Amino acid sequence: MKVLVAVKRVVDYNVKVRVKGDQSGVDLANVKMAMNPFCEIAVEEAVRLKEKGVAEEIVVVSMGPKAAQEQIRTAMALGADRGILVETDEELESLAVAKLLAKIVEEEQPGLVILGKQAIDSDNNQTGQMLGALTGMPQGTFASEVSMGEGKVEVTREIDGGLQTLSLNLPAIVTTDLRLNEPRYASLPNIMKAKRKPLETKTPADLGVDVAPRLKVLNVAPPAERQAGVMVSSVDELVEKLKNEAKVV
Amino acid sequence: MSILVIAEHDNSALKGATLNTVTAAAQIGGEIDVLVAGENCGAVAEEAAKIAGVNKVLVADDAAYGHQLAENLGQLVADLAAGYSHVLASATTTGKNFMPRVAALLDVAQISDIVAVESADTFQRPIYAGNAIATVRSGDATKVITVRATAFDAAATEGSASVESLDKVTDAGVSSFVKEELAKSDRPELTAAKVIVSGGRGMGNGENFALLEKLADKLGAAVGASRAAVDAGFVPNDMQVGQTGKIVAPELYIAVGISGAIQHLAGMKDSKYIVAINKDEEAPIFQVADYGLVADLFEAVPELEQKL
Ligand SMILES: Cc1cc2nc3c(=O)[nH]c(=O)nc-3n(C[C@H](O)[C@H](O)[C@H](O)COP(=O)(O)OP(=O)(O)OC[C@H]3O[C@@H](n4cnc5c(N)ncnc54)[C@H](O)[C@@H]3O)c2cc1C
Ligand SMILES: Nc1ncnc2c1ncn2[C@@H]1O[C@H](COP(=O)(O)O)[C@@H](O)[C@H]1O
Repeated sequence: MKVLVAVKRVVDYNVKVRVKGDQSGVDLANVKMAMNPFCEIAVEEAVRLKEKGVAEEIVVVSMGPKAAQEQIRTAMALGADRGILVETDEELESLAVAKLLAKIVEEEQPGLVILGKQAIDSDNNQTGQMLGALTGMPQGTFASEVSMGEGKVEVTREIDGGLQTLSLNLPAIVTTDLRLNEPRYASLPNIMKAKRKPLETKTPADLGVDVAPRLKVLNVAPPAERQAGVMVSSVDELVEKLKNEAKVV
Repeated sequence: MSILVIAEHDNSALKGATLNTVTAAAQIGGEIDVLVAGENCGAVAEEAAKIAGVNKVLVADDAAYGHQLAENLGQLVADLAAGYSHVLASATTTGKNFMPRVAALLDVAQISDIVAVESADTFQRPIYAGNAIATVRSGDATKVITVRATAFDAAATEGSASVESLDKVTDAGVSSFVKEELAKSDRPELTAAKVIVSGGRGMGNGENFALLEKLADKLGAAVGASRAAVDAGFVPNDMQVGQTGKIVAPELYIAVGISGAIQHLAGMKDSKYIVAINKDEEAPIFQVADYGLVADLFEAVPELEQKL
C-alpha cells in the first residue's frame, strides 16, 4: 500500500506571532518556520506503518513556496521515500489545498492519506475533510489510534465526550491528533540520505486547479489585551479577592 | 437570507452549543431553520422547536445519521444547502468533522470558529492560537461557518417552531461506527461551566487530581487539564483545554500547576477571572492571571478548598 502524507510549512509553534502595524497580517519576517506539528505526527504514523510492513511507499506532499522543500526534506529524513512540492507563492486556503491534493490522489492512488488535523497558523481544521468530500473517501479525523485491517482501517478519534472508534473502507483519510504517536527526531545520516531522495515540483496550473482565494482578509488585529492582574501573597488574600473584589465565589 | 443551523445532540438531548450557534445565526439575520439529523431523535427535534427565533425544524431520522458519520451527514447537509444563504454548526468535534465536507461539496470556503458577526458576509475569527483576530469577507454564494460557542450567548428556549420530517436518506456506505467510550461525570460540561479548575503537569500524577476534584466540588466547577497532563496519562483527552482542545470562557478559571504556554492560553484567556497557582514566579500564566499566587500547589489547593 502507498501512503500519501500532506505536510505544511508554518511558523514554529514556539513563536508568539505579532500583528503588523498596518493590521494587514502577522509579521513573518525573520520568524522561524517549521513543519506543522500535526504533520510531524502524520509522517511518524506513515513511517510506523512502513516499519510494520503495512505501507510499501510513503509519498510526502506540500503546497506552498519553494522554501517548503525544507519540510519535505525533513519528512524524507524521517522516512518518506519521495516528495512532491506544488509550488506557489499564493496564500492557499484549505479548499485550494484539498483540490490540489485530490489531483495528486488521482495520480498516485494511495491506499491511505494522512494529514494533520489542523494547521497551527490558520487554525482551520478543514483540509482532510474537504479532501474526503472531493474524492468520496471516508475520513477518520482527530485520530489517536489507527489500526489497519483487510481493505479497512479502524480509527479511534478524540471527540468532545471521549473516544469514538470508526471503521473505514480503504482508501481512506486520517487526520492526526496529538496522542496518535510521539514523532522521532531525524538522525544525521538520514538527513544526509534525504538529500538524495527524489523531489518533484509541480504548479497548481500543471494540476489544473484554480487556487484563487474565496475569502478576503480585511484586517488582522491583535486580540483584546487582558488588564494586568495582581499577585496575592497568601491563600487568605486570594479568597478575600475572589469573594469581595471579583465576587465569583 | 435564510440560515440553516445544524443541531448538535446525542439523539436524546440537544447540546447547549446549538443555542449559541442560533444566536450567531440571529446576528447574521434572516429566517433560521434547524436541522436535527440522527436516529430516534424525536425528543431532540421537540427541544429544537423551542429555541427562540427558529422558524422550522427539519428532522432526518435514520440509522445512517445515528452516529453523525461525516460522510452521510455532509452529503445530507450539502443537499439541503441549496435553499440557504448560510449553513452554521457549532465548532465542536462534530461540527469540525462534517462541515468542511459540506463546504467542499458546495465548492465554497469554510469559515472556521467565528467569534463575531460583522455583517452577513463578514466575520471575525482567531488565527495563530488566538494571537491575532482576522476579519474575513466571503464572496461565496453559500457561507459555511462553524461557530465558537463561548463567543455568543445562548438563545432563549421559549419558541414554538414547526417540525417537518425529511425522508431523503444518504448512506455513503463507506464508514461505520464501531464503539464509543464516553467520559461520565456529574460535573458540569467544561464548555458550559461557570467555574473551571484545571491542572497541568505540576499535578505530578492522576491521583493528585483528586485535590482539584475536591475544590471543584466545593465550587460546582468542571475540571480541565493542560495537554501535558493529558499526554502524561493523568486524565483523559476530553479534559484538554487549549488551541487544539476545548475552548472555554468561564466566570472563573483556576489554573493549577500549568505554565501558560500559548497553546493553553488560546483555550482559556477569554475567561472572566483567571487565578494561577504555580510555584515558579516566572511562569507565563501569571501574565494573564487576575490573581496570581506563587505557592506549592500541594499546600495551596487544600488550603483554598478549606477556606472557601
Ligand atoms: C501542536 C500543539 C498543540 C498544542 N495544543 C495544546 C492545547 O490544546 N492545550 C494545552 O494545554 N497545551 C497544548 N500544547 C502544549 C503546550 O505547548 C505546552 O506544552 C503545555 O500546555 C504545557 O502543559 P503544562 O503547563 O501542564 O506543563 P509545563 O509547561 O511542564 O508546566 C508545569 C508547571 O507546573 C508548575 N509546577 C510544578 N510543580 C508544582 C507544584 N508543586 N506547585 C505549583 N506549581 C508547580 C511548574 O512551575 C510549571 O510552570 C500544544 C502543543 C503543540 C505543539
Ligand atoms: N499548504 C499545505 N501543504 C500541504 N498540506 C497542507 C497544506 N495546508 C494544509 N495541509 C494539510 O492539512 C492539514 C490541516 O490543515 P488545515 O485544514 O488548513 O488546518 C495540515 O496538517 C496538513 O496535513
